[in-house]
Amino acid sequence: MVNKTLQRVRRIRPGRLLQDTLHGLWMRLTLALVMLLPVLLFAGMYYKSSMLLQTNSLLELIFSGEWKPMSGKFGFYPFIISSLWVTVVALLLAAPICLLTTIHLTQYARRWVLRVMHPVIDILAGIPSVIYGVFGILVVVPAIADYIGPVFGKQISGYSILAGAVVLAIMIIPFILNILIEIFKNIPDELAEASLALGATKWQTIKLVLIKKALPGIIAAFGLGMSRAFGETIAVLMVVGNVTRVPTGIFQPGYPLPALIANNYGEMLSIPLYDSALMLAALILFVVVLLFNFASRLIIIQSEKRVA
Amino acid sequence: MDGIKISIENLNLYFGKQHVLKNIDAQIPTNKITVIMGPSGCGKTTLMKSLNRLTDLNPDAHVSGSIFIDGEDILQTKDDITLIRKKMGLLAQRPYPLPMSIYNNIAYGLRISGRRKKKVLDRRVEHYLRQVSLWEEVKDRLKEPAGRLSIGQQQRLCLARGLAVGPEIILADEPTSALDPISSQAIEAQFNILKKNYTIVLVTHILRQARRLADHVIFMYLGEVIEQGSAAQVFENPQQEMTKSYLKGMFY
Repeated sequence: MVNKTLQRVRRIRPGRLLQDTLHGLWMRLTLALVMLLPVLLFAGMYYKSSMLLQTNSLLELIFSGEWKPMSGKFGFYPFIISSLWVTVVALLLAAPICLLTTIHLTQYARRWVLRVMHPVIDILAGIPSVIYGVFGILVVVPAIADYIGPVFGKQISGYSILAGAVVLAIMIIPFILNILIEIFKNIPDELAEASLALGATKWQTIKLVLIKKALPGIIAAFGLGMSRAFGETIAVLMVVGNVTRVPTGIFQPGYPLPALIANNYGEMLSIPLYDSALMLAALILFVVVLLFNFASRLIIIQSEKRVA
Repeated sequence: MDGIKISIENLNLYFGKQHVLKNIDAQIPTNKITVIMGPSGCGKTTLMKSLNRLTDLNPDAHVSGSIFIDGEDILQTKDDITLIRKKMGLLAQRPYPLPMSIYNNIAYGLRISGRRKKKVLDRRVEHYLRQVSLWEEVKDRLKEPAGRLSIGQQQRLCLARGLAVGPEIILADEPTSALDPISSQAIEAQFNILKKNYTIVLVTHILRQARRLADHVIFMYLGEVIEQGSAAQVFENPQQEMTKSYLKGMFY
């Protein structure tokens, strides 16, 4: 009996070993490809933008406000500042909503509420961004022009940093929510019980213990949300106004980096160095998003050392 | 038997449709160690958590019956729930230090009860760390995160932080299950000292630990109290068949 089985195993063996090696190799190759991707992207963008960098210094390009492609002047300052404005305002709008919703869902709500909310959040996260853009044009822009602007004494079209930020906030809320809910669910119940048993109220427990425990995760979630917001293109482009000027307030129009690239690439490439400039914009975008991600992770590691 | 600290009458508890505690009647004597024992999943922990109403945290939980503590029914009381909880120190299966420094783990409960003077806090933190014989080990690193202590030290820290809010009862849920033998011994020794001033409720599934520590025993199976009485009576002369077979280590 045993001998027979052994014989059968020997008979299948040679092919199996070869297959094992082969599949191992495939997997390693695909892994290498995935890991190479960001490097290739970076190299490609750097190569393309290097032509512009030969004649202009990077700092000069970043801090110059003059954008006159016809005369070879490429100042990215207005675009970078616009991007920062919409991103920061979007995060300021989204952060409290996300945090409070998460705390309610994980600490107060009955279990079925969370069960219902999960697919709802996933659906929100999966809606194509162009639909959010349309929503922005139909609802957010008129609301700003007709109601919010006048409250602050502004006569405006509504196409503004604020409109972009509102649309962005709505888009990153499900994204951040998903991460935050996961983080709060991972805090053991016993930690809250320990605090309550010491005579703390529920709110004291949330404020002094749970949020503190979750802090690295909260920061990371906001950091990742921010990098997502920074790169979001189409929905923002549709409502933000796209005027090349350094914005100084939320009611002014702006022109974020992704919108610049999406609006112009392939349009006016006959202008010398224009495509090189757009590639540099992409490169800046790439690096900034990378830095956001990096910073979030660094903060996690640091505060884990401190708290854990 | 002298005074009764906690008296549970006709307690029923459901999680949703699941009937977890069934018609519990039990007495817990003052300044003694009462051991609640029984196989896993019999409702020991749930019974203990219902004593300081941590079961309230589960929105699907439904409780009926009475739990009298010093004659007051805590399930019906109009008193602030945090005051009831402060009467009881809680020690969980694993130590869960609060995400803050060693010092603040003890000071947390004190601050919440309104003591904020640094001198008072300093004195109390030292006092309670000494009481659990942790002071000498941590006095030079009070500002460090509590998570850096060893598990055994963490569990003693958790005991100290519970004692710091001045409870009358200590609820301990398998407090040594995550600890090494030496740390377990330290905790058990603490309990024997503490019972002079505190009423201790200890949940355990370690039979030998129950024998070592118990003055009074409640034996549970599948959400019901099968037998209860003094340790001598339950261990030496159990009345119920189920208790007998559990004590012999034969369990279905």
